[in-house]
Amino acid sequence: MASSVYLCLLRTVFLVCIVNLLIHGVSGDEDVNQNPHHHLHENITGLPIVTFKWHHVETPYLVVLWVFVAALAKLSVIELNHHVTSVFPESGLLIILGFFLGGIVWGADKAQTFKLLPSTFFFYLLPQIILDASYFMPNKLFFSNLGAILIYAIFGTCWNAATVGLSLWGCYEAGAMGNLDIGLLQFLLFGSLIAAVDPVAVIAVFEEVHVNEVLFILVFGESLLNDGVTVVLYNVFEAFVNLGGPMIDTAEIFKGIFTFVVVAFGGSFLGVVFAILLSLLTRCTKHIQIIEAGFVFVVGYMAYLTAEMLSLSAILSITFCGVCCQKYVNANMDEKSITTLRHALKLLANGSETMIFVFLGITAIDTEIWVWNTGFILLTILFIFIYRIIGVFLLTWMLNKFRLVPVEVIDQVVMSYGGLRGAVAYGLAAMLDEKTIPEKNLMISTTLIVVYFTVILQGITMKPLVQWLKVKRAAHSDLKLIEKLNNRAFDHILAAVEDICGRIGDNWWTRGWNRFEENYISWLLMKPKARKNRDYLFSIFHKLNLEDAVNYVSEGERQGSLAFIRSDKAANVDFKKQFGSEFADVMPDIMVDMSSYELGIENFSVTSIVKDTIPSVSLDINAQDRKNALDDINAHHLLQQHLYRSRKHHRHKYSRSHFSINQSEEEVQEIFQRTMRSRLESFKSAKMGVNQAKKITKHHKKELAHKMANGHSDGTGYLYGDEVDSAVGSETGVISGTFMRDKYTVGAGIENPVFLPDMDSPTHSSLPWLMETEAVAPSQRAQRRLPWTPNRLRRLAPMRISTCSTDSFLMADVSSLTLEEHEELSQTDHDEIRPVFD
Amino acid sequence: MGSFQSLPDDHQYRTLSQKTGFSLDQIAILHNRFKQLSQNEETLRRDDLKTIQDLESNPIRSEIIEAFFDRRNFQKDGVGSVEEIGFEEFLTIMSYFRAPPHHITEEQREEMRRAKLRFLFNMHDTDNDGTITLEEYRHVVEELLSRSGALGRETAKGIADAAMLEVASISVGHMAPDEFYEGITFEHFLKILKGIEIETRMHIRFLNMDTTVLCK
Repeated sequence: MASSVYLCLLRTVFLVCIVNLLIHGVSGDEDVNQNPHHHLHENITGLPIVTFKWHHVETPYLVVLWVFVAALAKLSVIELNHHVTSVFPESGLLIILGFFLGGIVWGADKAQTFKLLPSTFFFYLLPQIILDASYFMPNKLFFSNLGAILIYAIFGTCWNAATVGLSLWGCYEAGAMGNLDIGLLQFLLFGSLIAAVDPVAVIAVFEEVHVNEVLFILVFGESLLNDGVTVVLYNVFEAFVNLGGPMIDTAEIFKGIFTFVVVAFGGSFLGVVFAILLSLLTRCTKHIQIIEAGFVFVVGYMAYLTAEMLSLSAILSITFCGVCCQKYVNANMDEKSITTLRHALKLLANGSETMIFVFLGITAIDTEIWVWNTGFILLTILFIFIYRIIGVFLLTWMLNKFRLVPVEVIDQVVMSYGGLRGAVAYGLAAMLDEKTIPEKNLMISTTLIVVYFTVILQGITMKPLVQWLKVKRAAHSDLKLIEKLNNRAFDHILAAVEDICGRIGDNWWTRGWNRFEENYISWLLMKPKARKNRDYLFSIFHKLNLEDAVNYVSEGERQGSLAFIRSDKAANVDFKKQFGSEFADVMPDIMVDMSSYELGIENFSVTSIVKDTIPSVSLDINAQDRKNALDDINAHHLLQQHLYRSRKHHRHKYSRSHFSINQSEEEVQEIFQRTMRSRLESFKSAKMGVNQAKKITKHHKKELAHKMANGHSDGTGYLYGDEVDSAVGSETGVISGTFMRDKYTVGAGIENPVFLPDMDSPTHSSLPWLMETEAVAPSQRAQRRLPWTPNRLRRLAPMRISTCSTDSFLMADVSSLTLEEHEELSQTDHDEIRPVFD
Repeated sequence: MGSFQSLPDDHQYRTLSQKTGFSLDQIAILHNRFKQLSQNEETLRRDDLKTIQDLESNPIRSEIIEAFFDRRNFQKDGVGSVEEIGFEEFLTIMSYFRAPPHHITEEQREEMRRAKLRFLFNMHDTDNDGTITLEEYRHVVEELLSRSGALGRETAKGIADAAMLEVASISVGHMAPDEFYEGITFEHFLKILKGIEIETRMHIRFLNMDTTVLCK
């Protein structure tokens, strides 16, 4: 662990050294290469086979290298000792690592050749972070707290900017900073750029702390929106500075305020427009599914750039674009595209965040920007800290008069302490014009120090503070279905009670908006189909189902026993039909005992043995499968009934625009309906105490036997073209022999293990509470304790053997199984299987 | 209880205020509303509530209205339902939806939470046997989803079943084979909804301003 970290670090360092030497060397040569044509002509004596063309690729290569270095930096930070990472926030570590990298660059170049340029930051690094944050914004929470967030973002930021600027100016006038060429307006400009809490830093720190959701949304929403505000303020003040003090009169000030409003609201409005555009666009991207996820990025970025072009607030624009479009985009796009989108967003955002922090560190190692003025720097830190606290408490005090659930004092403390400054402030500082602001470098260095101070120091102390204050932490993130149902019920109840007591309240508005949204906006922005089944609860349910299926299949895959899924029809040709229906009737007890006995022992032989699996389709699967099927037999027979045989065709062809999985609509539908039906049945049976198992089993038998006939008649061709499957089929026949004997659990159990919270253990999947007393397969414990008589096993053995085909592997297996002592059973089996795979 | 109906007496308001925690202004407003709903009668009947227009689109309207006439919500061990309620009962029901006061001890919070959850529980447990059975829960879910149209009853059942299953697996964990999950008891209900901060959610804002004129 530790060594790998060092290795990583070493590699990073080494890489950077090389890169710099390379660049250094190359830039040294630049003079010589002034006239490449000339140069080339002189040297060429023949056709060069390989030429070294660094300049040809220089810029993209450097970019890629830095991205790579940043990624490695992140890797090393993450991989670092967990004791360190639990204390240090990641962002702080990245900055510190940036110091080192910057030191190396400095050592090689004797100047800082790499800096975080404001244009790079604002155009290429920031947008995706904001887009990610806004796209994943918990909308309901955000909008229900929007009032508070806006107040913090707008008034809080203005308050911070004004007070910090004015106080610094006051101190300057009082002589605390010595001799500086700086006026009131410049101080206010500085105040405005340092005022904003940075979303990047805030997310990075708060994500690790897990505070409660209201607190998180307040801090996070504020940080997101106040960036917009601070940029606007900055622009206004910059315009004032350029205008010069004497030119400013009341009219100009009003114009400034007006600009503020226009820029902020115009930006937000533009974002909404682009969100609508995007939603409309995704309505009709059905046939270009493979690129539809890209639209979100492109349109989001367009929203950003357009706002920038119109000198509106770009950050607000992209924020609102993301927040508003998420619902419709999610409904309109294909499930896969959404997954793609999520991952891509996270990838980009995380990547840029890393880059930003690393470069914030690197930038520091530069003698050019460092101007030290103790008074200015310390007072800035002091003031932003103090005024943040005052601002938060003041605004919260006002807000609490109107809030139904007041923001608690502890939360307020955390909010004020969470005023982290970040790259936005630095970017703005770096954009200052040196002509109008002579003390630009002092401002940059102060900003950097503030950033380091807040991100590193406050970041480190945030977690202990939260723990010490016992801030309410976030509850578990995944709501249970029942909680969601209850939430839904709340909404209705609250609305109803408001109606009854005759008040037009929040719920009245929410409901009115919801109705409007449902009737008109969704109609406009959503695919008709998506609209139909987008009911909130339904989607959760659907998701659950989907998750279950995925879990189940992957579990099966892990165990290498998916075979039975594909051939579940054949699998159901069970022993009852062919050999022993009389057995079944005569000795049901024994058979139950038998099967549960098997369940019992397999439960502890289980997974440890066959972890490294073979792919589900393989000639050798038989032996393995025999084993596994017993292993997770519970899961198997539970799902067997309603597992839809996938009509997936694996076409081996390349296509740029399609993944060739033709999963039909009906299939999904059918799976869903089947699940529903069987759940229903199981509940009915459980509820009424009727054991329906028998009926179901019989039904299966008939239907399946019929199908099996087909299967045998045309041999391998029956099994979906997988040559292997024939073997698998015959083999699974045996397995199902085992299942079917276990007939009681088939009907009475719950069919879909998906709904069980702990899916990992197949042994849990039959829900005891649903089963009736006598008809029930004994619980795990009971099964284990069942009396075991070798006799009984033997008696059943021949029947079993006859069940299976003439597969020699299986014969060996089965007989060994029946003869061995049960404790050693798994072991032996395993040993026998081994050679086959080795 | 009827005496102050015609003559809103300060003293009676005060008693009610102590009982339910509403301020006098709020009580006055609610009283106005009460009279408006009951057409100046002294008692309120189900039909009065059913005529509220805004309520018509509420999918779980009948449950909510029923809760207003449920004896369990008025006193500790009441059983059954009543035909009509007076203002005091009306206020009692409303007080379930009061926001928690700003300063509150941990026990009070817990108490409040229990009361609110009990109200919800009673709403689900229609036959008053102390458990929410699957049938009862299915009914609620069906009603909840009845407005969304696209979903059939089957789906609603499926969802209810899934939810119930979840509850069973959470609250009971591993059950012996002969056990049968009867339904959600209040204890389980408390346990399941642990994550929801009901004390900060199940409330509406009672204004000190009369808006009864606005809604009809």
